[in-house]
Amino acid sequence: MADLAFKDACGPRPKKAFTLPNFIIYTTLTLLAIYYLAPLYVMIVTSLKTMPEVRLGNVFSLPQEVTIEPWIKAWATACTGLNCDGLSRGFWNSVQILVPSVVLSIAVASVNGYALAFWRFKGANLLFTILLFGAFIPYQVMLYPIVMILRDIGLYGDVWGLVIVHSIFGMPILTLLFRNYFSSLPEELFKAARVDGAGFWRILIRVLLPMSAPIVVVAIILQVTGIWNDFLFGVVYTRPESYPMTVQLNNIVNSTFGEKEYNVNMAATILTGLVPLVVYFVSGKLFVRGIAAGAVKG
Amino acid sequence: MSGNARPNRLFRNLSSKIASIPMALTALVIFIGCSAWTVVYSFTGSRLLPKTRWVGVDQYDRLWGTDRWIVSIENLAIYGGCMLVFSLTLGFVMAALLDQRIRFENTFRTVFLYPYALSFVVTGLTWQWMLNPTFGLQKVVRDFGFVDFTFAPLTNSDFAIYGVLLAGLWQGTGLVMVIMLAGLRGIDEDIWKASRVDGIPKWKTYIMIVLPLMRGALITAVVLVATSIIKVFDLIVAQTQGGPGLATEVPAKYVMDMMFRNQNLGQGFAASTMMLLFVMIILIPWAVYEYREKRRG
Amino acid sequence: MHSVSVKDLSLSFGPVEVLQKLDIDINDGEFLVLLGSSGCGKSTLLNCIAGLLDITDGQIFIKGRNVTWDEPSQRGIGMVFQSYALYPQMSVEGNLSFGLKNAKMPAAEISKRVGRAAEILQIGPLLKRKPAALSGGQRQRVAIGRALVRDVDVFLFDEPLSNLDAKLRADLRVELKQLHRQLKNTMIYVTHDQVEAMTLADRIAIMRDGSIQQLAKPDEIYNRPVNRYVADFIGSPSMNFMQGSIGAKGLTIGDVTLSIDGYKSATKLAKDDVIVGVRPEHVATGNDVADAVYCTKVTADLLEPMGADTLVWTKFAGHEMRFRMDGQVRLEEGQEVEIGLSPENLHLFDKVTEERL
Repeated sequence: MADLAFKDACGPRPKKAFTLPNFIIYTTLTLLAIYYLAPLYVMIVTSLKTMPEVRLGNVFSLPQEVTIEPWIKAWATACTGLNCDGLSRGFWNSVQILVPSVVLSIAVASVNGYALAFWRFKGANLLFTILLFGAFIPYQVMLYPIVMILRDIGLYGDVWGLVIVHSIFGMPILTLLFRNYFSSLPEELFKAARVDGAGFWRILIRVLLPMSAPIVVVAIILQVTGIWNDFLFGVVYTRPESYPMTVQLNNIVNSTFGEKEYNVNMAATILTGLVPLVVYFVSGKLFVRGIAAGAVKG
Repeated sequence: MSGNARPNRLFRNLSSKIASIPMALTALVIFIGCSAWTVVYSFTGSRLLPKTRWVGVDQYDRLWGTDRWIVSIENLAIYGGCMLVFSLTLGFVMAALLDQRIRFENTFRTVFLYPYALSFVVTGLTWQWMLNPTFGLQKVVRDFGFVDFTFAPLTNSDFAIYGVLLAGLWQGTGLVMVIMLAGLRGIDEDIWKASRVDGIPKWKTYIMIVLPLMRGALITAVVLVATSIIKVFDLIVAQTQGGPGLATEVPAKYVMDMMFRNQNLGQGFAASTMMLLFVMIILIPWAVYEYREKRRG
Repeated sequence: MHSVSVKDLSLSFGPVEVLQKLDIDINDGEFLVLLGSSGCGKSTLLNCIAGLLDITDGQIFIKGRNVTWDEPSQRGIGMVFQSYALYPQMSVEGNLSFGLKNAKMPAAEISKRVGRAAEILQIGPLLKRKPAALSGGQRQRVAIGRALVRDVDVFLFDEPLSNLDAKLRADLRVELKQLHRQLKNTMIYVTHDQVEAMTLADRIAIMRDGSIQQLAKPDEIYNRPVNRYVADFIGSPSMNFMQGSIGAKGLTIGDVTLSIDGYKSATKLAKDDVIVGVRPEHVATGNDVADAVYCTKVTADLLEPMGADTLVWTKFAGHEMRFRMDGQVRLEEGQEVEIGLSPENLHLFDKVTEERL
């Protein structure tokens, strides 16, 4: 008998259809899931209603007749305080900011991480410590001096200025990510490449980067969601005509002009959240790995 | 190159040093330089443009004499205190529940974490709509027949900050859960076997044995949540714009308004220096703790 | 001319002295093994010779050229690592040719050298494969090939067989020995495995705490260890050590006194306390006891049969002692056995300095 009991504990748990603890666990989890899913549901149903119908029902009621009019309006004609060409402008602005920011920040951070993992020079660790501390400094402390620096080099208000800002503030977490990844690779590989006569850049490009696909993907996930979701830097460092999507969205929804069109607002909100949501659902476990690896991110 | 002479230290590893210039600039010029600059200029009477007209601690006197700042600090304390307590408790409970070898673990985890992928602007606007007094949750419950039900925190200055809290928890608890879950999974399986052999009830094992073992994950979660609390800005801008009245004003928003709207740079610098100070208060004990742990282990 | 010379080499990390004033001259075509337990600095020394670590003080010469501050690739060395360190994204051919391409060698010469290395190591059919598709033994061959194609004078091996299972390790050990005979390169080989050291080496350098204890031919190290540490380290099972003293009648261990007339001492033996060492395989048993200078009966407390031999644990003159018997001899625990000791098989060490007497 004792033998049998031991086997139970090791193997898969016997499936009991209904126990009190299980009931409590699943009920709690389901209630929590409702809390988490309700806003998504509300956004979607609201965005599919006509305005009169929104005024008639409550946020949870299903649309009587489904309309995609709000989505079209949110994308193409919704008004911010300044113009009426909808979120499309913000979307393309965000894309223009996102692509170079992701590429530049990952390029710089991978080189940093590589130098820190394999080519430590005197003072390298101090720089890295400062970098990590920098991740916790409230952005507000550094915002204005950076405005001045960007103005001095002629990039204030320019998309490239914002690209640099994103690369700077993405640097601590990404550098940590790459440093840890490179440190986990066998050091003998690096030594072998040096004996084979490869230099600093050749080792990085020919030997290490080709085996870094997993960490590059994690970094891309981290940066795409982070930069897409940015609001603060977008507001401070770009001009209204090149505002990213989040800023544009906020201006559309919270503009005080005219009657509030909740259905359009919700369609716009979903549209803005769509890119990070798609990244999240597609990447799955890698997203979790990204935030776990980058638990230092402030 | 001849091997005879020891090469100059400066040129050893030269490529590495050149490649690290962006990192050095970021660390030294931006993180240290810009922060120091702001701290220094918080002692000036700068208005529209930074000026070196020294005014001592005048900006700080004025800051702590301003109602809006005091309210901002109070709001931050309420929001922060509740956020810490609820997100940590909830995050731990969620992680513990998911750790029970349940079915659909991945589904539940995906559901609990997806808001973390969304921006604060999206979160704020969503919850602004959820809590809309005319059509939102209040109306839903009233439609069920509870005609006198009131739940419209965003229009009530006494409760507006809790409306923001609801959104903040929705967005951020998933992260705490993931960290806690990683902590739980990092614990030696044999602990569970031992406590079962000893006949200790499960909940007691969690509180008495597992929690202390998860100290690392707990501290990480606390530091992350705490620093994100101090930075909270976009959420407020999107959800309430600081209103009604001053009911949901926060320090980060105070700084932004002073610097970029009210043309009162000196005030903005002083307020942001205070924010830096708050972060230091959290960060330095943590850094000291981590450093000690490293030396011990 | 020495192939590799290390002169007065020191390395410290801050206050920690990892290598202390080492001097080694390695002859052309010699197979030198650096042997020691982990943390003794043997791999560190190899990395210094390779140029992968900057030394603190001293000089390194390869083929008479001072290479102390040369890049690893300019030193005329090839290196083989414990984890093979093959580039996973490159084929075997790519791995072999990577270094040559870095040196901007013409393609024809590269393929000639790769072909030759593949032939010597019998990895021709594997050239297009990725390292992940190779077995451990094949990977190590490719790693050796990577050193081979460089056509260098000196090969450095950093525990190259440690990641292989016992049988494969024995096979590759023999192959390495044959390879050395065929190529006649200088080889410096780091290991913690004394069997590898004894079988492969022309000379062995035994290291401890960053300094060399003894640098000598394998049989000399086995027969005349310079100190107690070396005596203890070499030989398996390891040497028995007992407290003794030298007096007028000879050597006294506990209640046993025996003559040491046949002992070849390095210095004049004074009347003093000593440490006496005797290898388990040098305790005479069976018919050999008759030839021994001193013989006695002991009780077999514990038996460890190992097939060919049986290791017997006993008490001798108040000390724990192990000795080796033929595995076919029938013996039970508790039974008495006759053993014998002879002075020429003893090792005497100073009690304080632990140096050989």
